[in-house]
Amino acid sequence: MINDTQWNLWEVFVQLKTGKPHEHVGSVHASDKEMALQNARDVYARRDKPVSIWVVPSDNIVATIPQDNEAFFDPADDKVYRHPLFYKIPKGVSVDIH
Amino acid sequence: MTEEQRLEEFQRKIDSGEKIEPKDWMPESYRKNLIRMISQHAHSEIVGMLPEGNWITRAPSLRRKLILLAKIQDEAGHGLYLYSAAETLGASREELLENLHTGKAKYSSIFNYPTLTWADIGAIGWLVDGAAMVNQVSLIKTSYGPYSRAMVRICKEEAFHNRQGYEIIAELCNGTPEQKQMAQDALDRWWWPAIQMFGPEDTKSTHFEESMKWKIKAESNESLRQKFINMTVPQAEARGLKIPDPNLVFYPETKTYTYGEVDWNEFFNVIQGNGPMNKQRVRARKKAHDDGKWVREAATAYAKKKSKQSAA
Ligand SMILES: [Fe+2]
Ligand SMILES: [Fe+2]
Repeated sequence: MINDTQWNLWEVFVQLKTGKPHEHVGSVHASDKEMALQNARDVYARRDKPVSIWVVPSDNIVATIPQDNEAFFDPADDKVYRHPLFYKIPKGVSVDIH
Repeated sequence: MTEEQRLEEFQRKIDSGEKIEPKDWMPESYRKNLIRMISQHAHSEIVGMLPEGNWITRAPSLRRKLILLAKIQDEAGHGLYLYSAAETLGASREELLENLHTGKAKYSSIFNYPTLTWADIGAIGWLVDGAAMVNQVSLIKTSYGPYSRAMVRICKEEAFHNRQGYEIIAELCNGTPEQKQMAQDALDRWWWPAIQMFGPEDTKSTHFEESMKWKIKAESNESLRQKFINMTVPQAEARGLKIPDPNLVFYPETKTYTYGEVDWNEFFNVIQGNGPMNKQRVRARKKAHDDGKWVREAATAYAKKKSKQSAA
């Protein structure tokens, strides 16, 4: 006996133009990947003509936990030597690319 | 962090205009309030397809039929954006639908009125989508990220809904006296229910205070209603239509209309299930759901069979 469900949840990512990144737009329910793509198209692309859609089973997405952000992302901003302005360039030369 | 510190941090984020995202800590009543509000909104989009669906096969031209089909399909899409947003808060789709079908969850009272003539399709696009748009533009400012993003998406599509409705009304007003009378009759029947869509004036309840301090809602019912009236009255007058409210007075200094008393008894009566179409609406929705059961089961069985084959 099969339970009457609304199927699994899939996250939808749409790329609107070549050269642009895929962007998360929402989710759909579908029984398999083909249906997930079709539903994603019907729900999230009724007007714009995207160049690409990705669908990913929602429970396959691994995400950071906001409560851990402090510790998890902290190392990023204490390494000032990662930023170009940390360095002194002698006068008279330019190292910037124009 | 203690509960109190969390709450402070939460409030600080909201006050500084940051959005709350699904995995962020949030007070339980913020979550509950949002699930209730977003799912009611979703149900309204879905049930809202029924009064218009009534006219698909009787649209007066192929052009009108195509437009109406596209508009109703958009409303299905709106429902799905919103269910998706509610699910980010931990609600399940099965449970949300169950609540609609058992009558536990509410939807906008306006969809419990019948669509008697073609002019009603014009009045719905013009007034009902117009009112929905005023509400939804304001909700872009809601503090909950997924709800706000769904509103951006929806608002982009609503402009077409509103315009096609006004175009139908304008066409009828340019037609025979009988056609113009049809437009007036539709306005007479839909005006007050549209005004009621914003809900009664907010009372000083904890519920309301929470939803303002946490920016679940950005504006009060009363201020949204006023916006809608100020916007819509000139549109009616431009077509030579008369708003069925003898107390409508324009104040040029404030560019605002005062209006007559709203019949909130009627509103609550309809919300409680006694409107002209409540029973038909829920019955139609349940029937569509039940009739689709075999499709859901077949698709599940097919997916299982295929994944077995690819595993073998
Ligand atoms: Fe809508
Ligand atoms: Fe709409």
